[in-house]
Amino acid sequence: MVLALFRKSTIEPPADIEAASLRSDRFRLEREVDWQRLDSIVTALEKNRPRRISDEDLLELPVLYRKTASSLAVARETSLDSATLDYLEALVRRAWFQIYGPRMGLFGWLRRFLGGGWSASVRAIWLDICIALAVMVAGTLVGWLLVDSDERWYYSLVSGGMAGGRTPGADPEMLRESLGTAESADGLGIFAAYLFSNNTGVCIMAFALGFAFGVPTLLLLVYNLSLLGAMYWVFAEAGLGVDFAAWLSVHGTTELGAILLSGAAGLHVGRTMAFPGDRSILAAMRTAGVRAAQVMAGCSIMLIVAGLLEGYVRQLVGDTPARFAIGGTMLLIWVLYFALVPAPRERDT
Amino acid sequence: MSGTSTNAYAAMQAERSKRARMLVTPEGLSLPLTVGSRGARAGALLLDLVILVSSFIALILGFFFVGLGMPDITSTPNASPVVQGILVLVILTFFLSRYGYFLWFELGPRAATPGKRIVGLRVAARDGGRLTAEMVIARNLVRDIEVFVPAFFLLSGGQDAGVFGIAAFVWLAIFVLFPFFNKDALRAGDIVAGTWVVEAKRAKLKEAMSVAPDRKEQYRFGEAELSVYGEHELQVLESVLRQDRKDALREVAEAITGKIGWQLGRGDEREFLEAFYAALRGHLEGNMRFGKRKRDKFS
Repeated sequence: MVLALFRKSTIEPPADIEAASLRSDRFRLEREVDWQRLDSIVTALEKNRPRRISDEDLLELPVLYRKTASSLAVARETSLDSATLDYLEALVRRAWFQIYGPRMGLFGWLRRFLGGGWSASVRAIWLDICIALAVMVAGTLVGWLLVDSDERWYYSLVSGGMAGGRTPGADPEMLRESLGTAESADGLGIFAAYLFSNNTGVCIMAFALGFAFGVPTLLLLVYNLSLLGAMYWVFAEAGLGVDFAAWLSVHGTTELGAILLSGAAGLHVGRTMAFPGDRSILAAMRTAGVRAAQVMAGCSIMLIVAGLLEGYVRQLVGDTPARFAIGGTMLLIWVLYFALVPAPRERDT
Repeated sequence: MSGTSTNAYAAMQAERSKRARMLVTPEGLSLPLTVGSRGARAGALLLDLVILVSSFIALILGFFFVGLGMPDITSTPNASPVVQGILVLVILTFFLSRYGYFLWFELGPRAATPGKRIVGLRVAARDGGRLTAEMVIARNLVRDIEVFVPAFFLLSGGQDAGVFGIAAFVWLAIFVLFPFFNKDALRAGDIVAGTWVVEAKRAKLKEAMSVAPDRKEQYRFGEAELSVYGEHELQVLESVLRQDRKDALREVAEAITGKIGWQLGRGDEREFLEAFYAALRGHLEGNMRFGKRKRDKFS
């Protein structure tokens, strides 16, 4: 009894085709076995267990699919058995989704993505990257100039919890300490994981907000970068400008790069929505959305790297030139990767 | 059949046909697709959120009980590497459940999260092409602003924050209500990714109808009697026969005999209806081969 549950159910041919009085039912009974064979193959594919399909069945799959599709076409014109028609429609639809479904698994996609798909998409949105970069630089300048003109701006930009004592006129020693290192690697893993999930949230927001013609994305970039500008002003006042830049560059070149790319991706979608060009707005957005999604998938990789750099390396390396060296190397690696890795060859999948 | 139930049925059919779309396969076969209803999609999302939240709570509880076993967890919270590892895991799990859950399942061969699978939906490319990984990524990244940000906003009481709160509320409502403003029930993520959500119900092959014993000899129906009904009535009769409920059989048999002027003995309903079904289907299918179709009894 229990064994019967686990045994592969076998498809039995219908008992007596000639017993059916209607011609359309005989048509159905004659082909039923093929349909059920296709059904079991499709079910195995849907359950992601292609190993369960025998070689024989796999070779027959295209034939079975075409047979069933043609059965459906014939049945539509000759049969009024709605249960059979419903079954065939559902079966052909399921088989169609499997046969014309994605041919590439997650790992195949990842290989292609890292081997050029990502850098090609990044290059394709160069204009948006330039715009986002200009906006980010402007945001930093705005933050700096605002705080420079009136220190009270600092408190309205940076919330107390985030500032953590790093306020205008703070003791330079205290500021220097905040740029220092931790004694050991204890607890840094948590810090890195927290930073990663937090920063990815910001990036995804920057992208998702691009849907509204990109305006909120730009606002988000200006706001976040004005925080940076304001913070930099505080450290520069205390004569720690270079140290702060070094402290920031360890992870900042990667993290700000990721924010830049996700902002640009959001902007790309928003810009396409506003100016779809010759194509329909839906078609244009689809292309832009898929391209932007590639860039975004890459951003999460950059953010993992940034989280590790921020959580571990920055807290363990305290030397200013060494910090600059690490940050500069990371920047160089990213720029070279995006600029040089060629697009993958288009395969006829 | 009473008037109200007929109306309800007709309304349901009309609603369904509004969601019906045609997709032409490379074989030149047109396949009907039904766009998932907004209600079903909302239900699927709720199911997914319930699964996510409950498994997250279970995980936290699991960690909690593991943590209880350790004596000095409260005294030196940062010293133990095990506790650290657990905290890293919790943060990463929370992150993954927010972004990874939908991605992982929609990238699978069924292109549906467990919630979608339960209500019989799947994601498909709108142009009939294949669904690519980029599409799934794009539609799920935008989900963040459509589902999670509004949810956190409401939970944190953001709508009480004066003018800014109201503006944010309206702004988020645009995303949440987006599917109500287009005929394919596309949400913002679907538009960006070029996808849509369609019904993917599985159907079981039911028994053939005419293998029941042939009663052509006992019941002879003439041309006039068979031309009373059309295809729609035939399908209703088919569903009545497949459901096989006594009172429904009786009611339908009486309606038919009344219409064609026959008298029927008690207890013969199923036999009569089977014979009538076979004869009517044979008649209609015969005409069909000559290109004559009769949609329903009025045509």
